[in-house]
Amino acid sequence: MRLLRQANNLKVSGIVVLFAIALALPAISPDPATTNIAVFTMMYIGLATAWNIMGGYTGYISLGHAGFFGFGSYTLGLLLAHLGIKAGYTPFLFVPLAGLATAVLALAIGWFALRTRAATFVIVTIAFMFMLQLLAENLVGLTGGGGGLSFPVPPWGGDYFNTPYYYAMLALATLGLAISWRIRRSKFGLGLLAIRDDEDKALAVGVPTRAFKLTAFVVSATLVGMIGGVYGYYVTYIYPQFVVDPLIGISMVLMVFLGGLGTISGPVLGALILEPAQLWLAYNFGASRLYLVMYAAVFLGVILLLPRGIVPSLVELVERWRARTGPSASAPSKAVAP
Amino acid sequence: MTLVLEAAVLGVLTGGVYALMASGLTLIFGVMRIINVGHGALVVLGAYLSFAASRSLHIDPFLTLVITMPVMFLLGMVLQIVFIRPLKTDREALSVLVTYALALGIEGLLGYFFTANYTQLQAWYDTASFPIGSFRITYVYVFGFALCLAILAVMFLVLYRTTFGASIRATMLNRTAAQLIGIDVDRVSAVAFGIGMATAAAGGVVFGITTAFNPGSHYDLISRLLTIIVLGGLGSLRGAIVAALIMLVSEDITAVLISPVWANFVFFVILVGVLLIRPQGLYGVRVRDRL
Repeated sequence: MRLLRQANNLKVSGIVVLFAIALALPAISPDPATTNIAVFTMMYIGLATAWNIMGGYTGYISLGHAGFFGFGSYTLGLLLAHLGIKAGYTPFLFVPLAGLATAVLALAIGWFALRTRAATFVIVTIAFMFMLQLLAENLVGLTGGGGGLSFPVPPWGGDYFNTPYYYAMLALATLGLAISWRIRRSKFGLGLLAIRDDEDKALAVGVPTRAFKLTAFVVSATLVGMIGGVYGYYVTYIYPQFVVDPLIGISMVLMVFLGGLGTISGPVLGALILEPAQLWLAYNFGASRLYLVMYAAVFLGVILLLPRGIVPSLVELVERWRARTGPSASAPSKAVAP
Repeated sequence: MTLVLEAAVLGVLTGGVYALMASGLTLIFGVMRIINVGHGALVVLGAYLSFAASRSLHIDPFLTLVITMPVMFLLGMVLQIVFIRPLKTDREALSVLVTYALALGIEGLLGYFFTANYTQLQAWYDTASFPIGSFRITYVYVFGFALCLAILAVMFLVLYRTTFGASIRATMLNRTAAQLIGIDVDRVSAVAFGIGMATAAAGGVVFGITTAFNPGSHYDLISRLLTIIVLGGLGSLRGAIVAALIMLVSEDITAVLISPVWANFVFFVILVGVLLIRPQGLYGVRVRDRL
């Protein structure tokens, strides 16, 4: 028991230290090149965490989350433009509205897409993403079509420019993690995991599978939509192929797989490793198309060498070690999440 | 009215090409239960291989298939053995990621060797046309349609008239049972992937003559091919062919009646409508725990 409490204390203090570092980062290293990487990394921590709530817990792989990302982006941009909001801190207050709009869209898409399972679901989500991209391009009167949509440019200068965005992304990532953690420990979360393991049996023992799946899908999409909104404001100019980008959708999936599907810390770890790596590759090899080849190689390496992800592999390693040493060790469980 | 008729004829002719590409994709799904997101990139790769071959050997693009189809067949077997076979758990999800990575890799390599500029395969029949009634049809559509019909016919003959075809169909029906009666499922899978890639090569030639393409063209292509095989029902060859025809005809008619920018959208609407009534697609079998 004491050992367990010690481990728990260690975990809590670890989280506190990590969070303190995240909070202090802009002060520690205010140089824009670094904070730019930090903004994107924090963004992907949020995205991967949000994706994991659906993909990791229920096992329903959505490759269309980039659609919600772009939708949130466009919603915020259009809100700001039509309400005539000035640049500054106020636009951040409208991010939840973008989230709300994304939730409504996700409810409609999810209601439809979740009639299908497994492979068909994957493809239907891809189809919806391209549908949204096409709409953004064709509804020229509303979105500006291929000409794109501009956000107001904030007056902040120099080292400070990235900081508000960083904290906005940090806030959304924290919100996502809190929700993910809360779900993981609730009956609802158990129901989601049951769906992943065997949906028909889950239904048979009384899990309202349809409602549960839809809820997870909407929660996941809403977070992604809000993050997309902040992203749009950060880059200040968006166009359809740029925000509804399949690469964004696949990146969050890859991060979750690298870290560990269905775990809480896995998506964070995956994003912390992959996003800086991705930015570094793009920066150094972006001019030649070899950047894509290298990214693909990393990608293939991850999946073929670590199909279960880093966190589950580590947990298994620790448990095997515990089982071998000392009788106090608990029986090795098959639990995936730490 | 003639415009609509013309659009419908053109839709059927181009639909044949998509039917060929989609049947490769649905065959791969049926045999291995994997979604080959890289199929579009393979078609583009086929187009570039034909482009390079016809340039350096000064031969007709259709003739290059004699070289590119076997090359792509072998490459497909290698890809299957190296990248798909090692996936043991969670195949469906992981295969999407692996094949997506393959697509990115192919896109990157093609961009490196051929640059990101648009190219197009050239032949005497790519713009020459002949009259039918009140409108004209470009030769390449007819040739392409005939080629695709021929290859589809060969594919169906192999699948339904040979022993090896029977083992492919058995594997599609039930992988475990096929293994139990002594079918070498791994070999069947590798060959099926090879066949899928060979059809991608053939589709790539026709695609490359009728459309200007660059290494990034595969996104558009794969989104169309995936929606086709879902509409038809995953793993159903008949479904893939019917759905491809529905897609191209509805697209071409929309382009004429409404506007070309909405052409793609109509197919998505049809897809949504069909899936609302039949989540398993037109010819799909509803296996409760699979689809």
